[in-house]
Amino acid sequence: MSAGGPVSPVHVTGEVLASKRIGAFWHLTLVAPGVGERFRPGTFLAVSVGSPDEGRTRLARRALWIHQVRPLGGYAATVQVVVEPVGPGTRWLAGLERGDRVEVTGPLGRPFALPKEPVSTVLVGEGYAAAPLFSLAERLRERDCPVTLVLGAPDEARLLNALEARRTARAVTVVTRDGSVGARGEIADVLDEVLRRAGADVVYAAGPTPVLHAVALAAEAHGAWSQTALEQPLTCATGLCHGCPVPVVGEDGVARTARACADGPVLRGDRVRWDDLAGARS
Amino acid sequence: MTVLAGLRLASPVVVAAGCGGTGRELAAYGSLDALGAFTTRTITLDARRGGPVPRLLETPSGLLHATGLPNPGVDGFLATELPWLLQQRARVVVSVAARSLGELAELARRLGTAPGVSAIEVNVSPPDTGPEPELMSAREPFQVGAAVAAVERELPRGVPVLAKLRPDAVRVVEAARAAVEAGAQALVVGQALPASMPDGRAAGLSGPAVGPLALRCLVEVLEAVDVPVVAGGGVATVADVRARLALGAVAVQVGAALLHDPTTAARLVAALDPDTTSEETPDR
Repeated sequence: MSAGGPVSPVHVTGEVLASKRIGAFWHLTLVAPGVGERFRPGTFLAVSVGSPDEGRTRLARRALWIHQVRPLGGYAATVQVVVEPVGPGTRWLAGLERGDRVEVTGPLGRPFALPKEPVSTVLVGEGYAAAPLFSLAERLRERDCPVTLVLGAPDEARLLNALEARRTARAVTVVTRDGSVGARGEIADVLDEVLRRAGADVVYAAGPTPVLHAVALAAEAHGAWSQTALEQPLTCATGLCHGCPVPVVGEDGVARTARACADGPVLRGDRVRWDDLAGARS
Repeated sequence: MTVLAGLRLASPVVVAAGCGGTGRELAAYGSLDALGAFTTRTITLDARRGGPVPRLLETPSGLLHATGLPNPGVDGFLATELPWLLQQRARVVVSVAARSLGELAELARRLGTAPGVSAIEVNVSPPDTGPEPELMSAREPFQVGAAVAAVERELPRGVPVLAKLRPDAVRVVEAARAAVEAGAQALVVGQALPASMPDGRAAGLSGPAVGPLALRCLVEVLEAVDVPVVAGGGVATVADVRARLALGAVAVQVGAALLHDPTTAARLVAALDPDTTSEETPDR
């Protein structure tokens, strides 16, 4: 595995190029010079809530997974993020229109580590957090790694890009809690079977903590590595505030505290002390 | 040229304790040697893991924080964080807090003799002291004086002690006088305000919300003492900095604004540099 070092971020005033509602999510395409160019799957960006022209009233940043980077509208590397409007900040983001400006910092954090050999991979994502897995799948296929995808969601409206998934992966398993599409149930229910069938060497996961914990356990049971992209509440998202502690075990076996933003978001699943992590039990 | 307690600073813009990470994270947005100084997160004698989550919460125009002051302890700081900061040619002010006066003295001995430490800032009244082991947080002026004296006694000449005071408009002048009598060579006015998390945990409140309160404290302290004063609390814009310098502060500390926009310090440094003609966009 080539370990993912931290990427070097930039802070820019970006512009909304497009905003499109798909199911329960808004897909925002941003022009944010320098962010897309530095992107690696698993990194994220942070946005400020509120127009750059109007003072600072909401000070915490909103962290968003980078879903796609592509040339669009004459720009070399636009970035697409997926927003689920659940609070005042994400609702503000969902209300942005083409031409609106937004302060963007990114890409932030350590990306997914990529295998050097063409090993079998399983990618697991739930809800909008599956966003970074699609570009990861592309990179893995470039390395001749077979890719199996597991997508989960509470319902069809919160299932990200299931159609695109079928183009990206060799096999796709879809699970929804209400059974509106795919199998009814939880991601955890299908993991053992998928990992066994795929002969997984590496499992990549992005989603709520219980999903990541289940992936880490299943991967360990199958003798596979796991790379888990943690989603913790972040305040600064840049490593400055020490507000997003993740209990981990170091290479030396000593218990430590990592920062989800700067030391993560991607951490080896076997290094996270899941039982000590807030939100580990749903 | 900014001179603070005998230290010549490259800029009047100083990064406040606990808002610049280890320095490495901030360096991505501007070189640290251009800053007036980099104040470290508060360092304690023993390593601290910090408190439970949530550690920070957004409030209207403010940030509530109850981090529990996680840090690698003085040994870890001297081994891993200070050398890197000095490599960047940053002017390093080390913020300290302790469980006892004896621990403060020990910290001062260790840090005061470490090459490259420019000054010690005593975090005399951290607003969030827990979880265990709980840190001292001065409420009375005599406690402020005792904490400053414990550090001052141990420092070699040329390493000044700064006292960071709680911006309590009613008591701040008494605290300032006590700190100066105890040997503080400069004061920092604008610690976070004592506040509370929704669950009742002790916390600090920072950001633009506390700016006017900290400014009142600054004005009263400037009238009462003769040592240089660094202004903190809600500093985010060039206008904020200019207002404080015009009132008589020798420098400003930028804290919570960095958590919202990590380029804030670098932007302010550039905008205030008399050698550059860069047009800073008016207040944002």
